[in-house]
Amino acid sequence: MARIIIPTPLRKFTDNQATIEVDAIDIRESIHALSSLYPDLKKQLLDDTGDIRQFVRIYLGDEDIKVLNNEATPVTDDAVISIVPAIAGGIA
Amino acid sequence: MKLKIKKEILEQMKRHALETYPMECCGFVFGKDQQEQRDITEVKSVTNSKQGDQRRRFEIDPRDYLSAERYALENDLTLVGIYHSHPDHPAIPSEHDLKQAVPFFSYLILATEKNGVSKVTSWQLNHGNEFEEENIEIINKVETIKNK
Repeated sequence: MARIIIPTPLRKFTDNQATIEVDAIDIRESIHALSSLYPDLKKQLLDDTGDIRQFVRIYLGDEDIKVLNNEATPVTDDAVISIVPAIAGGIA
Repeated sequence: MKLKIKKEILEQMKRHALETYPMECCGFVFGKDQQEQRDITEVKSVTNSKQGDQRRRFEIDPRDYLSAERYALENDLTLVGIYHSHPDHPAIPSEHDLKQAVPFFSYLILATEKNGVSKVTSWQLNHGNEFEEENIEIINKVETIKNK
């Protein structure tokens, strides 16, 4: 089972669970499995066509899936998947 | 939400803001939530990864964010917020801060001038996606004096 680390801003959608285990063969299936378990999370992660939203960054281990094979990146049983919010700001 | 923060942790953030002045500093805020109170137990500075004018902007590398979430999990903490400085500007969130903010996090802002940090505030998004200021209670460490 792959493990997904839920960032704290999204844990209100997962009953405050920090990590969720899913059975999936790739990133797309992992995120869809997570969305099925916690439907309120779905609109945060997926667009109307079922693709992962552009501003949602997904990491497999320490690698951005964009430099791997995006949503088709395969996951193994010991995979750690992270959802990463963009953190930025400043005076102007 | 009310924040409780030890004075030494506040001082740690202030030192960081002064060290990086006139650039913006940033860091992670860890703690525990208890009903309407958020206890800040630790902060960790992080490199401002913004490419461009760091006097006006900060950005946190996604890999640093990953490390912070993992650190929290390993140490039974919660990543509850982000701090950053506003060099020569008030401790009020900017339009840019609002645009980039995510729910749940406390955003601590340190108004920083050359000679010191003049004000520290904290803000959290409400349900209307607007910033609401949070009360900060500073805890002074109680010294134990032993009588001989």
